This record gives sequence, structure tokens and C-alpha cells, in this order.
Amino acid sequence: MAVDYTNYLRMEKMPLYWCPGCGDGIVLKAYIEAIDELGWDKNDCAMVSGIGCASRVTGYVDFHTLHTLHGRALPTAVGIKMSHPDKHVFVFGGDGDIAHIGGNHFLHACRRNIDITVVFIDNWNYGMTGGQHSCTTPLHVKESTSPRGSYEPPLDAAAAAIGAGATFVARGFAGDELRMKRYIKEGLAHRGFSIIDILCPCPINFGRRNKLGDPVKLMNYMKSLCIPKEKAEKMSPEELEGKHITGVIHKDEKKTELTDSYYGWLVKEAQKSDEYWAKYTTGRLKEEDKYSITKEELKGLYPYDVEIPLKKWKKL
Amino acid sequence: MGRIAFINANAAAAEAAIIAGCNFYAGYPITPSSEVPETLSKIMPERGVPFIMLEDEIASINACVGAAASGAKPMTCTSGPGLSLKQEAIGEACIMELPVVIVDVMRGGPSTGLPTRPSQADIMQAKWGTHGDHPIIAVSACNAQEVVFETIRAFNLAEKFRQPVYILTDGLLSHLHAKVYLPDPEEVEIIERAKPTVPPEEYYPFDYNYEVPPLAAWWPKGGPSYRFHMSSLNHDKTGFPTVVPSFIQHQEKRLINKIMNHIDEIEKFEYYKMDDAETCMIAYGSVAEAARVAVDEARKAGIKVGMFRPLTIWPLAEKQIRDLRGKVKNIIVVEMNLGQYILEVQRVVAEKIPVYGVLQAAGIPIRPAQIFEKIKNPEKSVEICMTEEELKKFGGGE
Repeated sequence: MAVDYTNYLRMEKMPLYWCPGCGDGIVLKAYIEAIDELGWDKNDCAMVSGIGCASRVTGYVDFHTLHTLHGRALPTAVGIKMSHPDKHVFVFGGDGDIAHIGGNHFLHACRRNIDITVVFIDNWNYGMTGGQHSCTTPLHVKESTSPRGSYEPPLDAAAAAIGAGATFVARGFAGDELRMKRYIKEGLAHRGFSIIDILCPCPINFGRRNKLGDPVKLMNYMKSLCIPKEKAEKMSPEELEGKHITGVIHKDEKKTELTDSYYGWLVKEAQKSDEYWAKYTTGRLKEEDKYSITKEELKGLYPYDVEIPLKKWKKL
Repeated sequence: MGRIAFINANAAAAEAAIIAGCNFYAGYPITPSSEVPETLSKIMPERGVPFIMLEDEIASINACVGAAASGAKPMTCTSGPGLSLKQEAIGEACIMELPVVIVDVMRGGPSTGLPTRPSQADIMQAKWGTHGDHPIIAVSACNAQEVVFETIRAFNLAEKFRQPVYILTDGLLSHLHAKVYLPDPEEVEIIERAKPTVPPEEYYPFDYNYEVPPLAAWWPKGGPSYRFHMSSLNHDKTGFPTVVPSFIQHQEKRLINKIMNHIDEIEKFEYYKMDDAETCMIAYGSVAEAARVAVDEARKAGIKVGMFRPLTIWPLAEKQIRDLRGKVKNIIVVEMNLGQYILEVQRVVAEKIPVYGVLQAAGIPIRPAQIFEKIKNPEKSVEICMTEEELKKFGGGE
């Protein structure tokens, strides 16, 4: 059945602000299809993004959306997920936003295995600010701040995520919408931290500077760098040099999810205890532990001529 | 019915936050504020509300922003260097108009500075730390009992005005145990954020019809879900970014006015022996306790001196300070820094009467004897008041 995209989009915000030939729109389409297939109520979905081209997605999707600070989408999402563990929380962002300025948050969100799905749009540069090189820019690739080619080795975000303890890591390519949608859907359904690293063409800043031709030629060029996981297993490391392995790279269903660990273990442990705090906070305080204070006694503790927030006495 | 406890001001802030209904804490450990998360790590899991230590100061304030936007009452806690890191997101909470409470246990600085020693050097950082025009509310407290009352008030102000609120305490209070009365939540007045009165399709997070627009919870219990967008960019009433000058000007002005129009509600201060005073001390926080002793000593010696003690640091008690010009002959500002609040006092007094300062940033509390000396001799600068023997105990340094 055809997907009614208008149900998930804020149609009054159209047209999309992305450049012609950008892959972000394809990713958004695949993402909406994945949500639709899962049948999730959009009232239960929250999306957070930082700053950047990809981060503009929060303006277009009709969920609970927050467009936050550069690099800080993940900790903001952690705040939402921790307070509402039964809701679906997503982060959309680019390589500069999530892996570069937000790198520390990214590693620790992976480690905590909090149930947030990150769609990581990897276009190898800072598109919004004019194509400066980022942490995923391949070596010797030209950007506005690397006119002779980047001299820094790039970060493999998927490998970093696996190393940091993420439990679902996939890599897709914006030119391969069907597979990308499958990875996003699997990542959304996965209970735990999931990241879908999506290679995405940026014809204006990346393609133009590196003389890779029009968007179609750039798409074909990027496609030639993608090697499916099954095929890559049969290839030598030399052959895989500079290539990007696509597919579901890593999946671990044994590691406990963070909110499950908090509400399912810590909260239960804490409520079992008979400590003073427990007695007080869960309403099991005994009569002899309670203290009824007189105005004079309180005045002994607080002898100032200042208003206090007690209902009984405004001043002592 | 509450409890009597023997705790320090940090634990008092933590306990009071729970009384005020705080249901989200994210933080990062930093001396001298660590007793706040330590206390909350015991209480919050028992109440089934989230407590999380995050990877850095930036993450913790951002998590608070996320929690506040989704409907929680968050708090975070830090000290000088941590506050510097948090500043960007505090600006975000200002522009998104989110109620976040930030406990700042002030320590010596700049930089790593004096982690275990008190100061009051974050006064201006609290006001101007984050960039752009923005309002701010900061409250201070002079002892652990007041920390309890002021923490509750800070939460109420944050919720009422959709505004980040600072609680400024210092390293001295945080390590001083005191007898404290912790009231029951039923005993205190708790203000919750206004709920929207319109259905979700007519709701705007920054509605022009309100001075403080109601903030809808994303997932209210038993009610309809309000879906809306909020941006850290300058936005119009819908929460979407705008560059239309009139909308931006309106937003910026409303942010300031929602606080300044209610300044009488927000201001809180104490006059101590001011009826016939000729000299007025201005002191806040833990220093006010030393100033109070100095005032008493001076009164015994027959000097007519009183104290004006602001509990609300920001917005400034401008009217009250201006009124002092006609009442007293001179003003002495006492603070544990090299002159921050005094700048504002000087601005308001506008050279009508002399303003002197007992300003010390030595990592040690200001002693009543130092203040008494200043009362007797306002023109003379105040030296560190310690015996050779006491100084030796500190060791090191040349």
C-alpha cells in the first residue's frame, strides 16, 4: 500500500530547503516509509536534531520535535528518553553535528545503549556553513577549508559506534533507498542504541569542489565506493581500502538497554531498601520519624525577616 | 509534617529540589557541588524518576533542556568551570523558554582555580555568561535552611516564568553542616507551569497572546498529546525559525519583559537594622552572615550601620538600591570576588553617595573583623585578616 507521506510531514513547511541533488530528501522518504511500516503513532514519536543540513529534518516531520544546539542533539534526546522510556526517540544529524562536535556524546550514548535511533547522514563535509572539511572527509579530498585536499585521516563512525558499545550499527547509501529503508526500519525496531550511517551525496560542496560532475555522476561515484557486507567478507583489506561496507554491520540483542536498566533494575533495587531516604520518599515514613515544627522552633533555625514558601507561615 | 536534618547546603538543595517536585536530574561531578548528585542518587531511583550522570557538563544541561521540553522539572548542578561549559545551553533554555534549575556552587577562579575554596565570582557569569540578549533569574542563600527555601522558590520561578533559574551558593555553605527543617511537599506552595487551555491544533508554544505562553507537556497524563516544534534559532509564535525583524524584536523584548514586568514578585531582600542606619552594608550569600556579625559589633560600638541583603541577585534590586541613596550616607558592598555586584550598585547609585567595597578573592571567607574595620574606616582598603600561625597552616606558596 502506498504511504501517505503528508500524514508525517508538515506540508506547510514545503518545499524542502535542501539543494537539488542532495541525498537528504531520499533519506527522509525512506525514514517515513520505515515509520509507516512499523505503524507507530506519530504522537509517540519525538525527534531531536542539532544544527546542520540534515538537522533541518525536525522542521519537516510532524512529531514532537526539537531543533537544538550544534552537536547536542544526543544528550537532549537522552533527557527525553530517560523521562519517557515508553516513547520513541530519534536523532537526525550529519557527520559534523553527531560525530565531530558531538563526538563525546555519541560515544557515551553508544556505551549506555539507550534506546535512541540515530540517522547519521554522512556527506563528508559541513554543508550548511559552506563545505568545510569534517571528521569524515576522506584523505586528500578538497573542501572549502582544504583547498589542496584534507590532510586528516577520517573517522569511521560505524566502527567507532561498535567499539563504543552500540548494539545496532548499519551503513546504507542514499542512492539505494530500498536497502536504506530496511536498515532504518530494523534500527528503529531494535531496543537499544542504533545508528544507521548513511552515505549521502553533497553535489554542491563535495561534488563540485572535487570535480565529480552532476548529481547523477556523483551518485554513481559514491555507489562505486559501497561494498555490501557479504561481498566484502570475500575481499582482501587492500581491495577494501577507501571503500565503505554497507549492510547491518553489527547487532547485539543481549546488552541491556539503559532505561530498562534504570527502571527495571535500579529503581526496583532502590525501592526494596529500607533506608531513611526510601522511608521518606515512598511515603513509608513512620510517625516517630516525622517532625511537627512550631513557629518558634523554625524561627530558631531561620531568624530572618524574609518571606518563606511555607503555606502555614509566610514569615516567621 | 517534615523532618529535621543535619546536612550541608548541597544536600539541602538536593532535598529541597525533591520537595519542589524535581523529577529529572542530569549532572557531572565537580567539587564543591558533588553532594547534590550524591544525595539525589539515593533519593531519585526510590521515587522512580530519572537520575543520570552524563559524560560532561554540556551533556547534562542539554539533557535538562530535553527533559524540560518534554514536560519534566529538571535540575542540574555545577561549579565555576562547569558553569562556563553549560553556558550555551543555558542560552538555549532562555530562547526556548524552558524551566531549568541550575545550582551553581561558586568556587574560586578563573579556570580550574580553587576547587575546594569558596568564592562569589560567578555573579556576572550568571548574568552574562551566555551570548545574546536574554533575561536571567538568580537567587542566593546565606545558610542551609535558606537554601531549602530558595531552592523551592527557584523551581517556582522557573515554572512560572518558563525561565532558567540559578541558585547561587558557594563552597563555604556547601561544606558547612547545619540543622535544617525539611518541610513536607504538602507544606509548601508549589507552582506548576501553566497548562494550555486550547486544543492541540490551536496551540502555539510561543503564543503572542500571553506574556508567558503555557508550555504543553508532550505526553500529559490523561490528556491529548501536543505536537509542536521548538527551535534554538530565533523563532515566531509557532516555534519555527524566522528572520522577520518585527517578530524577532517582539520575541527578544517579550523575553526581557516577562521578567522585568514582574520584578516586584521576583525580588526578595532583607533589611537588617536599617531603620536609623547611616551606613548600609550590601552583602549576599554566605558573606551576609559575616556582615551581620559586623553590623552587630558596630552597633555595640555605637556606629549606625545596617545591612541590605538581596536574595534575588538577578534581576537586580534596582529600586531598593536606588532608594538607599536618600537614606544612608555611604554604602559598603561586601563580596568574595574582586568587584562584580558592586559594579551594579555603583551604576545605580550613580555617584550620589560613596560606594566602598570589601572585596576579597583569596579563597577564604571574609571575616566579620575585616568588615568591622571597613565600617570604622571606609577609605582604607582591607587586608587579609589572618595570624601568621593560621597562614602557616595553608603551607606552600612563596
